[in-house]
Amino acid sequence: MDFTEDQILRYSRHIILPEVGGKGQAKIAAAKVFLVGAGGLGSPVGYFLTAAGVGRLAIIDDDHVELSNLQRQIAHSTKTLGMPKVQSAKETFNALNPDVEVIALKQRLTRDNILELIEDYDIVVDGSDNFPTRYLVNDACVLASKPLVSGAILRFEGQVTTILPRQGHCYRCLFEEMPPPGLVPSCQEAGVLGVLPGIVGGLQAMEVLKWILGKGELLTETLLIIDALKTTFRKVKVPKNPQCPVCGENPTITELLDYNAVYCGVG
Amino acid sequence: MEDLIPNKRIDIRGLHCPYTFVKSKLAIEAMNVGEVLEIVLDYPEASVSIPKSMQDHGHRVLKVDKVNEKDWILLIRKERE
Repeated sequence: MDFTEDQILRYSRHIILPEVGGKGQAKIAAAKVFLVGAGGLGSPVGYFLTAAGVGRLAIIDDDHVELSNLQRQIAHSTKTLGMPKVQSAKETFNALNPDVEVIALKQRLTRDNILELIEDYDIVVDGSDNFPTRYLVNDACVLASKPLVSGAILRFEGQVTTILPRQGHCYRCLFEEMPPPGLVPSCQEAGVLGVLPGIVGGLQAMEVLKWILGKGELLTETLLIIDALKTTFRKVKVPKNPQCPVCGENPTITELLDYNAVYCGVG
Repeated sequence: MEDLIPNKRIDIRGLHCPYTFVKSKLAIEAMNVGEVLEIVLDYPEASVSIPKSMQDHGHRVLKVDKVNEKDWILLIRKERE
């Protein structure tokens, strides 16, 4: 890839790194990333991947920017209140780096559209805030064999894990079924310190770049647990489960489910 | 060694760090192992830092010559991808 003079300046701190160089930067520029959610996690993930110069970044979210989002969702601003989050994020990211093709998808991710939507992308990042979407994204990525970087946050605790379907564990190897509704409170109910999604989203963006570059060690078969109050980062081994219902040897989930119905116990 | 003909030559006079190294690195990345890059530069610090960085990246510094009051010529052989 031939860089323009502006690109050489913009990405100079990457190019200098032995692990990146011009060739690594060209890999980043060729990468297509599908980002689920333009909220607390999606904002920093999208921000850093845009700054890093990925080729294409799709963001899906059907929500609008609210004042209560701005304590943590750094892609949005007071000026974009009421705007679709994906549009607000696209404007922020376009202003940061016009090299990146940002695709704003204002819609809900469903079992009917997900496989088609992620088909043209190299890697998926989950920054969603609910279990039905989290399990939908996991199962779709396993069925489509797409790498997935999953992140979650609540109060002062964060989790990050990287799923390379068939090679390592998947989300269901870790937590086989969704918890019953009400057991795990949402951020809306339990709160979250605004910096935490920045840390977790930053780690997710780092995983994506390492995967694109083929450098370092990924959080495969590993769950990283962050306790922001104690400032501890703990890695827990997550072996691939041969009996996993979606990625195991005899899977029972061979097509996508109605996750909302399963979650609410009516499916 | 005296008559070594470089496979590629870049003139980065007028550039400062870190762009001196960024340009040199991009040039050597695009070459084949065993080929020699000639770098002409006039930023004094780069006459020290580029050879060091190239060595750190695993390449061989064949020559660092101050050719006149302002300019240096470096010869670097690419040793690895």
